Amino acid sequence: MLFRTGGQFKTSYKEDIALFPVRQDAILLGVVLVLAWIVFPLTASEFVFQTLLIPILIYALAALGLNLLIGYTGQFSLGTGAFMGVGAFACYKMVTLMPWMNPIVAVLLSGVFSAGVGVVFGIPSLRIKGFYLAISTLAAQFFLVWIFEKWSWLYNDNLSGAIEVPNLTAFGVVVTAPRADSVMTYYVILAIATLITWLVMNLTRGALGRSWKATRDMDFAAELIGINLMKSKLTAFALSSYIVGVAGALFVFMWRGAAEPALFDIPLSFRILYIVIIGGLGSIMGNYLGAVLIVGLPVILGTVPEALGLEIASARIEQINLMIIGALIVFFLIVEPHGLARLWELIREKLIRWPFPH
Amino acid sequence: MLDQIVVAPFREMIAAPDFLMQVLWEGIVSGILYALIALGFVLIFRSSRIFNFAQGIMVVFAALTLVGLYELGVPAWLCVLLTLAVMLILALAIERVVLRPLVGQPDVILFMATIGVTLFLVGMGEFVFGGENKVMITEQLGIPTGSWALEPFGGLLILEQKDVAVAVMAALLVVGLLLFLNRTRTGRAIRALGDDSQAALSLGISLHTIWVLVWFIAGIIALVTGIAWGSRAGVSFALEVIAYKALPVLMLGGLESITGAIVGGLLIGVLEKVFDIYWGQPLMGGSTETWFAFVLALIVLLIRPQGLFGEKIIERV
Repeated sequence: MLFRTGGQFKTSYKEDIALFPVRQDAILLGVVLVLAWIVFPLTASEFVFQTLLIPILIYALAALGLNLLIGYTGQFSLGTGAFMGVGAFACYKMVTLMPWMNPIVAVLLSGVFSAGVGVVFGIPSLRIKGFYLAISTLAAQFFLVWIFEKWSWLYNDNLSGAIEVPNLTAFGVVVTAPRADSVMTYYVILAIATLITWLVMNLTRGALGRSWKATRDMDFAAELIGINLMKSKLTAFALSSYIVGVAGALFVFMWRGAAEPALFDIPLSFRILYIVIIGGLGSIMGNYLGAVLIVGLPVILGTVPEALGLEIASARIEQINLMIIGALIVFFLIVEPHGLARLWELIREKLIRWPFPH
Repeated sequence: MLDQIVVAPFREMIAAPDFLMQVLWEGIVSGILYALIALGFVLIFRSSRIFNFAQGIMVVFAALTLVGLYELGVPAWLCVLLTLAVMLILALAIERVVLRPLVGQPDVILFMATIGVTLFLVGMGEFVFGGENKVMITEQLGIPTGSWALEPFGGLLILEQKDVAVAVMAALLVVGLLLFLNRTRTGRAIRALGDDSQAALSLGISLHTIWVLVWFIAGIIALVTGIAWGSRAGVSFALEVIAYKALPVLMLGGLESITGAIVGGLLIGVLEKVFDIYWGQPLMGGSTETWFAFVLALIVLLIRPQGLFGEKIIERV
């Protein structure tokens, strides 16, 4: 009933390849956008902004970048955290060397640096495949974090060895953490996330996206039908690293306010990986669903026992969290290896047919 | 500059051969530990094509269980037996709950499932035994703790007896494992399953039994590794870091090869120590050990994509 597609006729090719051929999908997206752009900013408290809305968007963006690589191109990468670090450090160097620069422009440009680094570390993917490639991306992870620690030029020789975000203004308003208004930073992140998501949505449907998918499904066969593997793999590495780098810059500049090199170590990479797995490989919506779950779960686990009047030490909560996330990953893999996004698709299929099962 | 990179380190090595030997020995000892973890990986990968990310955590978990039981007042020898029982239960549980429903799924899915297991074990280990650093019960297990001082070339070389004990234990384990895999019916069944699971199944080899067995053996290896590493550095989740070190060992040696795991482990253990002492610390500000192994393995893989001892990758459409 709710999702009845009957009666929606396509009379031109253009209509047929529209981003949302089913009207209800477009309406649903509209509702989500209204919620994200208008309802949440008007109603959310400072706590909700800082623990839910902003981190969810940033993690989802990073996961989107990683998903391009793993889910769409089939190139396994475990070095996401380090590439986020490249974005953050590049952004920091730019705004400290060129203080007149608009911080939003700096954030968008910082992705270019991580894209460059990503391509360099993506070159082995032309020869190394599967698990061997996954482990070799760990070389990037450990090597880059080591550089963040040892190369003091990167953090302007701060004694603490960390980068601290200066207060920067864009169009006369402070936009960088920690001084900025949460609503302001939220809108900046939301705008960037919306833009990138829209671009990626169209990109994955186009020629480039299809060559990625062919590479993922069987790179050998893709090569035989004339897909340039080098181009397909390296563009995937570049774009993925660009998005991850932008997410990294946002992570530090719009949320954390400061970052030490260890922040970009392997736990961060894995966190993004969980989001991608739980959300669904090769799905764009999945990144957001996964981020909601991974970011939201600790918050819920942290607040629910308190509301029930139970006293649980925060270390305990952390441990229970790990167990639950671990169990959830296994659970989702068994129930639906394609993640939350696929679960939604199944529900949608059911809704289209409902109330008639056949 | 060129002199510092190409000549000076070797001059130093020749000038102080006893120090070089000490460095090499330290490298061999950590190499043995890398090799042991890699061995656990290889065993599981060969028999089921599962890339077992949880091997490193199983090491920590086994060591924590051992020490945790001892703290409850259980005698040391009984602790070992009970820990083995716990590892068997773990193997049974993982096979029943995680692996059995996922039979036949793509490799990547199984790999991710072991990441889930890793997280779960970290959470459970900390929940049950606490997150603080514990001391391994080295003496209680009958491992000598003294040290020998040798004097080669008129210098000084110190060998910790427990390191020697670890080396002997590891060697026995490897020999035992090779005998088991090559000379017993069950061992052959394990290898058969790895070579061609369909054919092995049709011959009546039980997938589930073999998987439990393989995970249990990996658990035994984990316990030995845990005792060995714990006696050097204490038992805590910081041990997790060495699990990552086993990954370049696997790349270097090849995912299927037991020989590769041992040779790769020793090679990486020695080379990363030598590189850090003679090149890393004077020229790059130290702690190059975090990435050296990965970069080395990456370079080797660029030349040989299946590692030094891995099976040749043949692709068909």
